Amino acid sequence: MTTVSIKGLWVCRAEHAVLEDINLELEPSDFLGLIGPNGGGKSTLLKVMLGLIKPDRGEIRIFGLTPEAARGRVGYMPQKTMFDQSFPVKVLDVVLMGRYSRTGLFHRYGPEDRAAARRALEAVKMDDRAEREIGALSGGEQQRVFVARSLVSDPELLLLDEPTAGVDSAQQTEFYDLLSHLNHDLGIAIVMVSHDVTAISKYVSKIACLNQRLYYHGSKEITNDDIEKAYGCPVEMIAHGTPHRVLREHD
Amino acid sequence: MIELQLDFFQYDFMRTALAAGLAASVLCGIIGIYVILNKIVFISDGIAHAAFGGIGLGYFLGFDPLVFGIGSAILTALGIGVISHRARVSEDTAIGVFMATGMALGVMLLTLSRGYARDLYGYLFGNILAVTGSDVLMISILTTIILVLVFLLYKEFLIMSFDPIYGEAIGLPVQGLRLLLLTMVAFSVVVLIKIVGIIMVIALLTIPGAISRQHMKGLPAIMAGSIFLGAVFVTIGLLISYMLDVPSGATIILTAALVFFLSTIASR
Repeated sequence: MTTVSIKGLWVCRAEHAVLEDINLELEPSDFLGLIGPNGGGKSTLLKVMLGLIKPDRGEIRIFGLTPEAARGRVGYMPQKTMFDQSFPVKVLDVVLMGRYSRTGLFHRYGPEDRAAARRALEAVKMDDRAEREIGALSGGEQQRVFVARSLVSDPELLLLDEPTAGVDSAQQTEFYDLLSHLNHDLGIAIVMVSHDVTAISKYVSKIACLNQRLYYHGSKEITNDDIEKAYGCPVEMIAHGTPHRVLREHD
Repeated sequence: MIELQLDFFQYDFMRTALAAGLAASVLCGIIGIYVILNKIVFISDGIAHAAFGGIGLGYFLGFDPLVFGIGSAILTALGIGVISHRARVSEDTAIGVFMATGMALGVMLLTLSRGYARDLYGYLFGNILAVTGSDVLMISILTTIILVLVFLLYKEFLIMSFDPIYGEAIGLPVQGLRLLLLTMVAFSVVVLIKIVGIIMVIALLTIPGAISRQHMKGLPAIMAGSIFLGAVFVTIGLLISYMLDVPSGATIILTAALVFFLSTIASR
């Protein structure tokens, strides 16, 4: 069964289209990098996949279900949130928040929720930090904890919105290796929004470029023409060694 | 000293005042932490001031002022939420407008009702010694309701306070929880008006929690510490105000503020 199936999808806000005729098919093993200029609708597309924004036209199915019905099988990591770094909460309790969709309103977390939280922390190699306060961790460690939070509901699809913003490059590399591991070894499909084409092209299996319209050929190939259309300006594209390509945007 | 304390407790009004103060400490300890963590201190202060409009209306119409106070506090809480969501008015602007309007209405209606100058002073600056047995009962019931709600929705309030954007994404009714929290703040604030008055309510709601946060780890421990500190401030404040014959509300707040400054210096 296809993981994500989007056909002829439109989202409009105040008379103008934010997303225009989007078509996208993803398989269970896919790791899609979603690039595009700011305001191009990347976050909006993720929110449509989560069922937080209703499309004005077109169809979207996640595991053959409506996005709301599929939400329990989808993990989400929002753009770096400006949470209060002195917020009094332990790492384990942050990860447990991801069990909400399974536990539901009024119910308390049980032993199986705690066990799942420990497993998720192990998966991101943060299990020794479980009892620490979240603010005591470095930026890169916090990002790992938020990945654990999105993993704790045992999702089959992960949606990540610029997960490496504000993380230094050494930690970024480790972070991308972690995502590759989740994708390859645990078989979790991933959609990752990023503006850092250089960094992600090595790790993702497919790339799509979004600026109202989606430029996507079901592969890692993006033509110069696509990029120029999406960014609305000439973009230098450097093929540097094989197999991966490096694209750089002009200012 | 022992003689003094016995003296202190021999009066009914002192025992009632202490009971009200201790029940209010539990309320402040829990709601105050959420006010701090959700950064809704200004909204809470606005709700307290707006409640004055309802209190004035209650007097004017000859009904229980506190019931009208609670009504207008809740309307304000919801009004601020709706206006800043829908209209092109930022939240803090909406709070400023509601706050001043409530105070103006209160002053106007109380003046028109005549002969309530003493009560006006009591509502603005608090008079814990005027608290009645039925007030204590009301504070206790409210405290119990809020304890139950926070127990049932602990994990939901934690997600909302920590990361509301994520909460919405995983299907948590964030907007509903926020309105519920503001409603609980409205109830708490009106109860506290009896004790420290409209002007100083926000201090009793925030200072115990702020100090507790400097020394405790984990939300339950911070709440417990905050309740304990609130109880200490109310008791000491009452004792001092009784011994020196100075206003109780101001004494309680000054005691709390003194400890807050000492604690802040010590924890640097």
